[in-house]
Amino acid sequence: MNFAVLQFPASNCDQDALHVVRDVLGHTGRMVWHKDNSLGGADAVIVPGGFSYGDYLRTGAIARFSPIMQQVQQFAANGGPVLGICNGFQILCEAGLLPGALVRNRSLQFRCEQVFLKTTNSNTIFTCEIPPEKLLRVPIAHGEGCFFADEETLKKMRQNQQILWQYVDASGNATEQANPNGSVQNIAGISNEKGNVAGLMPHPERASEPLLGSADGRLIFESMVHALATRSVKKSA
Amino acid sequence: MKAKITVTPKKAVLDPQGKTVQNALEQMGYQGIQAVHVGKYLEIELQGDLEKARRQIDDACRKLLSNPVIEDYHFEIEP
Repeated sequence: MNFAVLQFPASNCDQDALHVVRDVLGHTGRMVWHKDNSLGGADAVIVPGGFSYGDYLRTGAIARFSPIMQQVQQFAANGGPVLGICNGFQILCEAGLLPGALVRNRSLQFRCEQVFLKTTNSNTIFTCEIPPEKLLRVPIAHGEGCFFADEETLKKMRQNQQILWQYVDASGNATEQANPNGSVQNIAGISNEKGNVAGLMPHPERASEPLLGSADGRLIFESMVHALATRSVKKSA
Repeated sequence: MKAKITVTPKKAVLDPQGKTVQNALEQMGYQGIQAVHVGKYLEIELQGDLEKARRQIDDACRKLLSNPVIEDYHFEIEP
């Protein structure tokens, strides 16, 4: 499998994502600069975390107009898998590739801690290798991770099973206390209607090796690899 | 010309900044405060035809300067 990891000015989880793809999973991957006009034949795209363009104006607002995002739009329209992590999630929402938006944490504080995630739809490119009932222990690190969408959009998302992950406590309950940022319905990650674009605020790439305290995040990347191997997913140009 | 643009969070969106400022104002003893909304203010200096400028600014507000999912905007253009 060949992954493209996008690199914007002030991306800072790009190396971690590439490390997981290459060194942990043993696949191929390369960085793609935001001014590039090609994804170089990648099978999947990762939009990594960071503070692209200094989070000026709104998180992800300027990055979404980078030349490479035209290619990502095309790639996604053709059914190619795209995963946005943290700032990558914010960029994909701004780009209209995912519904809703991410706003300031309810606490107004930058939250940097371990959370538990419950997978609410196991039948997707991004979750198919996650055992049902397994809670993922992964870190978050964000100031603007409060997911918002209006009622009508949420209703549609529920109908289409687009909510992929929720923040839960250690027993798997989506409580108020387990919600680190005020997201509606404890939403931590979602997909688009077609199911080939997903985003989440937590960092699976920082929890993909036992040495880091948890290897649960690896299951998300392994799901993508499994889905790519078994489904006919189109390559990028 | 100068376009003066105000961007504010939509009513349905959680505005913890506004709430925090409101609490502070109340603690300071200001009375009758119903709500505080914290938004953004932008000034854009530009040249050319007024009508064209209006169209351009409106377009820019929708595409970049605000996010219609979470924010409202309004603007005026000073000659």
